[in-house]
Amino acid sequence: MKTLLRPALSLFVLLSLITGLAYPFLVTGLAKTAFPEKASGSLIVKDGKTVGSRLIGQNFSDPKYFWGRPSATGPMPYNAAASGGSNQGPLNPALVDAVKGRIEALKAADPDNTRPIPADLVTASASGLDPHISPAAAAYQAGRIARLRGIEPAALDALVAQHTEGRQWSIFGEPRVSVLELNLALDAYR
Amino acid sequence: MNSHAWELLVLYLTVLLLTVKPMGIYLAMVMEGEFAFVRKTERPLYRLCGIRAEEEMGWLKYTFAILLFNALGVLAVYALQRLQAWLPLNPQGMTNVSPDSAFNTAVSFASNTNWQGYGGESTMSYLTQMLALTVQNFLSAATGIVVVIALIRGFARHTAASIGNAWVDLTRITLYVLLPISIVYAVFLVGQGSIQNFDAYKDVTTMEVTKYDTPKLDAAGQLVKNEKGVVVTEPTEAKTQTLAMGPVASQEAIKMLGTNGGGFFNANSAHPFENPTPLSNFVQMLSISLIPGALCFTFGRMVGDTRQGWAVLAAMTILFIGLAIAAMAFEQQANPLLTQLGVDPALGNMEGKEARFGIAESGLFATITTSASCGAVIAMHDSFMPLGGLIPLIGMHLGEVVFGGVGTGLYGMLVFAILAVFISGLMIGRTPEYLGKKIETYEMKMTSIAILVTPLLVLVGTAIAVIAADGRAGIANPGAHGFSEILYAFSSAANNNGSAFAGLSANTPFYNTLLGLAMWFGRFGVIVPVLAIAGSLAAKKRLAVTEGTLPTHSPLFVVLLVGIVLLVGLLNYVPALALGPVIEQLMLFAAH
Repeated sequence: MKTLLRPALSLFVLLSLITGLAYPFLVTGLAKTAFPEKASGSLIVKDGKTVGSRLIGQNFSDPKYFWGRPSATGPMPYNAAASGGSNQGPLNPALVDAVKGRIEALKAADPDNTRPIPADLVTASASGLDPHISPAAAAYQAGRIARLRGIEPAALDALVAQHTEGRQWSIFGEPRVSVLELNLALDAYR
Repeated sequence: MNSHAWELLVLYLTVLLLTVKPMGIYLAMVMEGEFAFVRKTERPLYRLCGIRAEEEMGWLKYTFAILLFNALGVLAVYALQRLQAWLPLNPQGMTNVSPDSAFNTAVSFASNTNWQGYGGESTMSYLTQMLALTVQNFLSAATGIVVVIALIRGFARHTAASIGNAWVDLTRITLYVLLPISIVYAVFLVGQGSIQNFDAYKDVTTMEVTKYDTPKLDAAGQLVKNEKGVVVTEPTEAKTQTLAMGPVASQEAIKMLGTNGGGFFNANSAHPFENPTPLSNFVQMLSISLIPGALCFTFGRMVGDTRQGWAVLAAMTILFIGLAIAAMAFEQQANPLLTQLGVDPALGNMEGKEARFGIAESGLFATITTSASCGAVIAMHDSFMPLGGLIPLIGMHLGEVVFGGVGTGLYGMLVFAILAVFISGLMIGRTPEYLGKKIETYEMKMTSIAILVTPLLVLVGTAIAVIAADGRAGIANPGAHGFSEILYAFSSAANNNGSAFAGLSANTPFYNTLLGLAMWFGRFGVIVPVLAIAGSLAAKKRLAVTEGTLPTHSPLFVVLLVGIVLLVGLLNYVPALALGPVIEQLMLFAAH
């Protein structure tokens, strides 16, 4: 046992220093050289002010904006310092109530909309910070936005298309619309 | 399953299987010291640490070395959490972690479980994330791999008294395999959008003011309640959003490569800063199974018959395809309760999933992470459809031998292979042998312990938690699902997975202690008998193959192995699974 103690201790300290300090600092150096903007959070700066991150969603409830995924973070939605999902099971009455409430809010903002409701627009995301919605969820809201903002539907569709990504390399993931960037573009649109 | 899901599955398996041979050869060459530059560069380190590299260890000494090394890991992780408030690299001023939570996390990361009772971005300082958690991500992964290498040497060696040198093995796998891959991998993740910095959390002004209710507190900081006992809330406004920062990519890379799974953030790989794009996600899925798959080839190469490795890999792949198809298909189902409300069923069960990943990747990731001992998640398993959530449970209940954790997957599968050989030996009335080694009473005793220890921990632990008031208090979802949450927690802990039905409030002294014990014994209750088998096999002669030898590389043996894994692995859990996910599925679809 005594013959094991010294190698155990010194190897543990040595490997800790290499993997726990040298490694993260080295990666930080490489990352900041190669991808400085991404390493610090893909921040969006408008008029000298940081207004968000390209990768982190924000809460929208004004009918003049596209709404994102419902967020289950606490105490407020889209809390980017405490990520997480609802963890509600499929039979949980609280889930059914929450979805009912979200559908009512969508209907109240756009009473004449008879399209089927896209699932991602009324269910909470895993991270609570999902920056995207499906193209179907954007299309569902486009009529409302065009009416409230007085934008030609065709022009709005073009704007949505600009902020829509297909599957990465045509095979990975799902097509998606970046909500924060689209809403920034809406405000800038004249 | 739609065509995207099929394409994804085929592409995943193709790329994975293409990496098996080159990676397997590299692993074997590093571990056996076949590279001159490895032997040259490692020597000064051994001198510095007082390690006599040429000195081989018997299985008992090897086991003590591994146990001691891991115990040091537990102590270090515990101490760093308990002292983090006074240590540097803590821009958010995180306070010291409570003793029970610190104990749980220390065992969790040292045992390669990475079960997380805490939320990363609201609990841990950057120093703790790096020097405690990232270090254990490397060292616990290294531990799993050296144990299987020792077991393989047990098969490969001929009347030998030793199974290797634990210090040399740990050093080689950490510095020449895990570290270089992690560096490249981490930089790739940043290229996709993962963050890597030491900045304080950033406040950004949001486009819209967020209105929400917070519970009202009195002067003493207590909740104010009205006359009916309901908590009074007051409307609050937030004009900013606080973005959590940190050295994420460096931890993320080894978290996946070492099948650890402990997220920097609470949302784990669902968080856009951990796993920003579908491409980063595909690479994360690959990196979970990269080393476990390759070790099968390493095994074949080291025992001098690569067909043996391919046979084990074939058994794993067959089991994997079944599980993956089931998970993706069940999650493509829409929740009938929501369809009734007018929700379009086309997108499937999107609760707790990210839009960029959708159903196919979420189902596939859930299968991979629980077939391995990884436990990272890109979707909340608690919100899966009942049978969708059954698949991760089954993956863990099989003992995580489908590719499995780094090292743990293969040694788990080899234990099943020994059992398969034994059972077929009984059927034909011959002394069972595997790779020319006679399987006798001692090996079978150790095999039985290794196979039975986890179901015992899972089922007894679940029973205790269901009986105890403290256990039931943690349940978040009513009905059968609440039972599933507890069953999942113990399955995850004892099998060193780390994923959760995360609704369960497990950051309590009750769960922190009980799950901490389950993780420790689930890990070393298997490692010790496996090393004992390694020692015993190494001492035996390798018998020549005769006409009466059961060929263990044939399709017939693959089928036998798959059957044994399903039968022995799953049978223990069938009653418990019937009480949880199966009942829930019946209830969900019966009424509608």
